[in-house]
Amino acid sequence: MSGAQPAMSSNANNSLQSSASQVEHCLPIDYLLHLADNALVLGQRNAEWSGHGPILEEDIAMSNNSLDLIGQARLLYQEAAAQLGNGATEDTLAFFRDVPDFKNYTLLELPHHPPLVGTSASDRDFATTLVRNFLYSALMVLVWDKLQHAPHAQLAAIAAKSLKEVRYHLRHSRDWLLRMGDGTAESHGRAQAAVNHLMPYTQEFWTNTEYESEASKVTGLNMVGLQNDWNQIVDQALLEATLKRPAAGGFIPTGKHSIHSEHLGFMLAGMQSLPRAHPNATW
Amino acid sequence: MTLATTASASGAPPHSALGHVWQLLESLTDPEIPVVTLRELGILRDVRSVVAQDGIEQLEVVITPTYSGCPAMGQIEDDVRNLLNEHGLHGRVVTQLAPAWTTDWMTSEAKDKLRAYGIAPPHSGADQDCLTQGNTSIVQFAARSATNPGRHEQLAVPCPQCNSDNTTETSHFGSTACKALYRCLDCMEPFDYFKPY
Repeated sequence: MSGAQPAMSSNANNSLQSSASQVEHCLPIDYLLHLADNALVLGQRNAEWSGHGPILEEDIAMSNNSLDLIGQARLLYQEAAAQLGNGATEDTLAFFRDVPDFKNYTLLELPHHPPLVGTSASDRDFATTLVRNFLYSALMVLVWDKLQHAPHAQLAAIAAKSLKEVRYHLRHSRDWLLRMGDGTAESHGRAQAAVNHLMPYTQEFWTNTEYESEASKVTGLNMVGLQNDWNQIVDQALLEATLKRPAAGGFIPTGKHSIHSEHLGFMLAGMQSLPRAHPNATW
Repeated sequence: MTLATTASASGAPPHSALGHVWQLLESLTDPEIPVVTLRELGILRDVRSVVAQDGIEQLEVVITPTYSGCPAMGQIEDDVRNLLNEHGLHGRVVTQLAPAWTTDWMTSEAKDKLRAYGIAPPHSGADQDCLTQGNTSIVQFAARSATNPGRHEQLAVPCPQCNSDNTTETSHFGSTACKALYRCLDCMEPFDYFKPY
């Protein structure tokens, strides 16, 4: 009854049909897990601000950001579980894998602290949070933009949704980067410290893994090919924020190779304790 | 989920039984915004009859999520399933992601209802409102308003209470994933803005 659904444009119907007739290509499971783990780990980290935001609006903003990321992770884990079969579900992938299984960027598992500041919650540094969100969102607008055209219907569908969400994350974190960088001496100092601390971790974006090489044969996405666009987004924002980009170099993290910092284990312990204590519990 | 069979009702003459199901589903509203129906929001995408491999015809109701993490989706799926059961209809609820939901699918009657409910409806052309790369469409921190338009003067959000364009954004993110927080600088009322998606 077409009259009952005026919201459906003919355009939408066309793409519906084309996606159904697309040739389905197989993606390496590790690539789906890499994308999913990124979203879950940062989503879980950002959820740590729920109830602890510096102001109510930012408390809500971080919870929203987290909700989007965990939503993206669920869709990706569901797709990975469907490919894996054998009883895998989004929950087994999120809650019953350990540090050596996770394939997220190391950047995303770091606590909301400048380096060497201890671990108490009261030390949480909002600048670290926002600079990380900015660096990651700037990458993901580029990644999802490419992947939404991938010849893999479900990944393309997830990418198209995620792109809409991560644009809001980028807008939010970029605004804060400018506000803090071009703000008071205190906020500028914290933002610069966070940039200095986190920027080296972004070098991992441009290293390669076997599963990314395999995936790129399907998706056509070559991460190194995004580097110039990413640099442009980052450098322009840093310029407006009166912040300096530290020189490249130093240790290149290996999180996506499943070799992580000491922080991921503690995060997973908190995140996974309930389902591990009560397997198959339902609400 | 990839759809093996898309016997979409749209375009084709409606099957009267499917039309009846559409009518039944019209009673279902969004769990968080109970003044608009799932159809008006564009969440309810299709009602169709699919012939399975064993030759048996089955009813399928297709829904799509708004935001990836929208916590209302589980409730919406349950609501649809319960409604079908109440009316003795056997069918499946299928969640389909592509093409991605957009606020542009929201009907004009839905936008009127949102406004009457106190939520400023979304601007159309969702993608134009969003930033992409490091280009000029990336907005400044300064909140947008009619008097302080910045680069996004076309995006003044009228107050749903007094209809003034003199409003300002207090937060990009609001009480649900799909909304931002605004405040009217004339009547001083805070209100939700349904973000373009």
